[in-house]
Amino acid sequence: MAAIFQGIGAAAALPSTEKFHSQSRRFVSGSLFVVRSDGRPSLGSSPRSRGAQHLITNAVAAKADASATSTASKPGHELLLFEALREGLEEEMDRDPRVCVMGEDVGHYGGSYKVTKGLATKYGDLRVLDTPIAENSFTGMGIGAAMTGLRPIIEGMNMGFLLLAFNQISNNCGMLHYTSGGQFKIPVVIRGPGGVGRQLGAEHSQRLESYFQSIPGIQMVACSTPYNAKGLMKAAIRSENPVILFEHVLLYNLKERIPDEEYVLSLEEAEMVRPGEHVTILTYSRMRYHVMQAAKTLVNKGYDPEVIDIRSLKPFDLYTIGNSVKKTHRVLIVEECMRTGGIGASLTAAITENFIDYLDAPIVCLSSQDVPTPYAGTLEEWTVVQPAQIVTAVEQLCQ
Amino acid sequence: MAPWFTRSRNIAHHVKRNMGSFLRPAPTLGDSSWSRSPACLGNSPALLWAGRLESTRAQKLVDSDSENDAHLRDDDQAIDFPGGRVMLTSEMQFIPGYPQQRVHCYRLMNNNGQTNMCSSFEQVSKEVAVKMYSDMITLQIMDTIFYEAQRQGRISFYLTSTGEEAINIASAAALSPDDIVMAQYREPGVLLWRGFTLQEFANQCFGSKADYGKGRQMPIHYGSKKYNYFTVSSPLGTQLPQAVGAAYSLKMDNKDACVVAYFGDGSTSEGDFHASLNFAAVMEAPVIFLCRNNGWAISTPTSEQFRSDGIVVKGPAYGIQSIRVDGNDALAVHNVVRAARQMAIHEQRPILVEALTYRVGHHSTSDDSTKYRPVDEVKHWEMGQNPVNRFRKWVERNGWWSEEDESQLRSSIRKQLLQAIQVAEKMEKPPLADLFSDVYDVPPSILFEQEQQLRETIKRHPQDYPSDVPV
Repeated sequence: MAAIFQGIGAAAALPSTEKFHSQSRRFVSGSLFVVRSDGRPSLGSSPRSRGAQHLITNAVAAKADASATSTASKPGHELLLFEALREGLEEEMDRDPRVCVMGEDVGHYGGSYKVTKGLATKYGDLRVLDTPIAENSFTGMGIGAAMTGLRPIIEGMNMGFLLLAFNQISNNCGMLHYTSGGQFKIPVVIRGPGGVGRQLGAEHSQRLESYFQSIPGIQMVACSTPYNAKGLMKAAIRSENPVILFEHVLLYNLKERIPDEEYVLSLEEAEMVRPGEHVTILTYSRMRYHVMQAAKTLVNKGYDPEVIDIRSLKPFDLYTIGNSVKKTHRVLIVEECMRTGGIGASLTAAITENFIDYLDAPIVCLSSQDVPTPYAGTLEEWTVVQPAQIVTAVEQLCQ
Repeated sequence: MAPWFTRSRNIAHHVKRNMGSFLRPAPTLGDSSWSRSPACLGNSPALLWAGRLESTRAQKLVDSDSENDAHLRDDDQAIDFPGGRVMLTSEMQFIPGYPQQRVHCYRLMNNNGQTNMCSSFEQVSKEVAVKMYSDMITLQIMDTIFYEAQRQGRISFYLTSTGEEAINIASAAALSPDDIVMAQYREPGVLLWRGFTLQEFANQCFGSKADYGKGRQMPIHYGSKKYNYFTVSSPLGTQLPQAVGAAYSLKMDNKDACVVAYFGDGSTSEGDFHASLNFAAVMEAPVIFLCRNNGWAISTPTSEQFRSDGIVVKGPAYGIQSIRVDGNDALAVHNVVRAARQMAIHEQRPILVEALTYRVGHHSTSDDSTKYRPVDEVKHWEMGQNPVNRFRKWVERNGWWSEEDESQLRSSIRKQLLQAIQVAEKMEKPPLADLFSDVYDVPPSILFEQEQQLRETIKRHPQDYPSDVPV
């Protein structure tokens, strides 16, 4: 199914009192990317796919009362990523009265990124709960509530703050289902914005996926488009396992047209962003956009990169990745994590272990340096992998 | 593209702290609607005066031609600061950190098992009293025998509740089976009261196949969904915020039940303790925080753990009603927990109970307490203030227990326990598959692979694999 989304530029939709810095944009404002996602059916062979990926097989067949937009002929409705998250959240809260939200300022304030806006008014202050400022404790609270039968979504105002909740996440969230012999389950969703933003300083630019990846018992997914944000949010809520959903601070205002019909994505599947022949580029979250930008340049230079958004950070979708490696024989990983112990490091190990025979060249992993993210804009830009570096890496890889 | 308005902790947080609570009116007690008026700046006149210093106020007072004269006279007595109206005083007084007189300790029964004629309390029925006493004896014997078993190398670890039997059993007796128990580790008596059998205790300690935890946790980390006793987790204090979460769930369901969270004096230093009390108070959650202040956190005495008057004074700091009780007095503990439970459920509020007691045994089998405390101190509490003996005297005085019952019960329990241990020891261990199950609801491919690899290794080297563990 083709998803059309605009480069980040729609400032009009943002209700805010903040002034924006005028920054050099990564994307040309108003340009359109047509992204083809893999149209394959849900994996019958994989017993672990949870929830089939619903497809729109016929793009023209829209509901008669499709949401009124200026382009009324197209199916689905347009919204921003944070709205997609909210939509997913709201649908699940409607569907299951046990679903609740807790976090700092999620109630009437609507969440620091407005993901929970309006929910407190609709569901009440108890179901959308504002907590005092103690991350370890409200995470613990969520775990206790989950063990008693609720399905809480715990929002970290910034993923970096969840470092304070590491004890509860590692020692209890991931463990209690196991240590209790399966008696108590912990179907929590821990979510929040992470990643490097625009000059937010080191403490607000954490990539916690690399720190959490070893914890047994949890699942991790990273969303990158409104479509997969909503689908993953719903899947995470319905999952019986604790799931950490990583959002990115800079992606909340992405706009995309998503289906009106209900859909739930699989937590363990990767997304084929652009099929190709020459090289497999594995990425996730914001780096997907840097990769796609680099892809444009690469295509002009005659390369045909296959871009996969791995989405599932724990466990890796080695099926999709493996098939791609077997096709292209070259792998480039582009991530925002630090070089040491990042998701890329694990992914490199996993691919090498499983697919060494199919590789024509060593795996290249582009990550951020092992430094705290600086505040200065120019320095910050250079800790994050840039499209130019991706192009160079592919050229070198394909020599 | 610029980020969404970030609630940057440095700046916005500070602003919020000063402006937050008067943008919404403080919820009144019993306000079940939970609704708060939408934030609106500049609503409260307090905003204008919040930063005024005493000196400028005094200056204004002198200037009687001031327009704000009428307003000033009102503010002579009190000010509407964020958080509520406070009376003013010109006397500078620091609240003492430690009271002249410590908070009194509630007790009903003296060392001879005699109750004060004047004190009024709901009588415990014969049935309940006898069960309480029997369970206290059972707990004692269980502790002795399992401790010995560890010393013999039959189990890897054990932790006794010696000296705290009254807290364990009496508090459990005051609860209903629907009440959720979040224990620390020195509360197996609660599970015992609810019906956990000696065999089930033994199974967990030996990690045998019949263990509900499937052999995954170390001894004394019991857990039973059936008895609403959440699986014990080793890190201290983690159960406290979880208790608040569980209470939140009960509150949402409007259940006639509460949560009881047990913890020791040492755990109160953990950050989770403070946040949990705070959360519970703010959320009006039906939790009973029951602190077993037994004087020692391994080798750290309470004098090195905190400098406050015990734990009971910390409750009011968070807005929680609190009480101090003699933890070695089974009747008092029972009474207090019963009352606390009523309050917690009907008034939907947290309660803090500090039960003063003494940890007679070592911290655990990995500890030798003679290294840091005098033996006569331990003896004094073991002999002189023994909760089991005290309660026995009361029960005997009521004519509900005899010497014969005592010896019969003791030998019967001992026999049952030794039998249970034998059975548990001989029982098969959990199979290999249980190493990989329950990590997730369904094992993902990577765990499946790892299991296959392990099985292959075992097939190749069967002599290295323990014979009593099924594959």
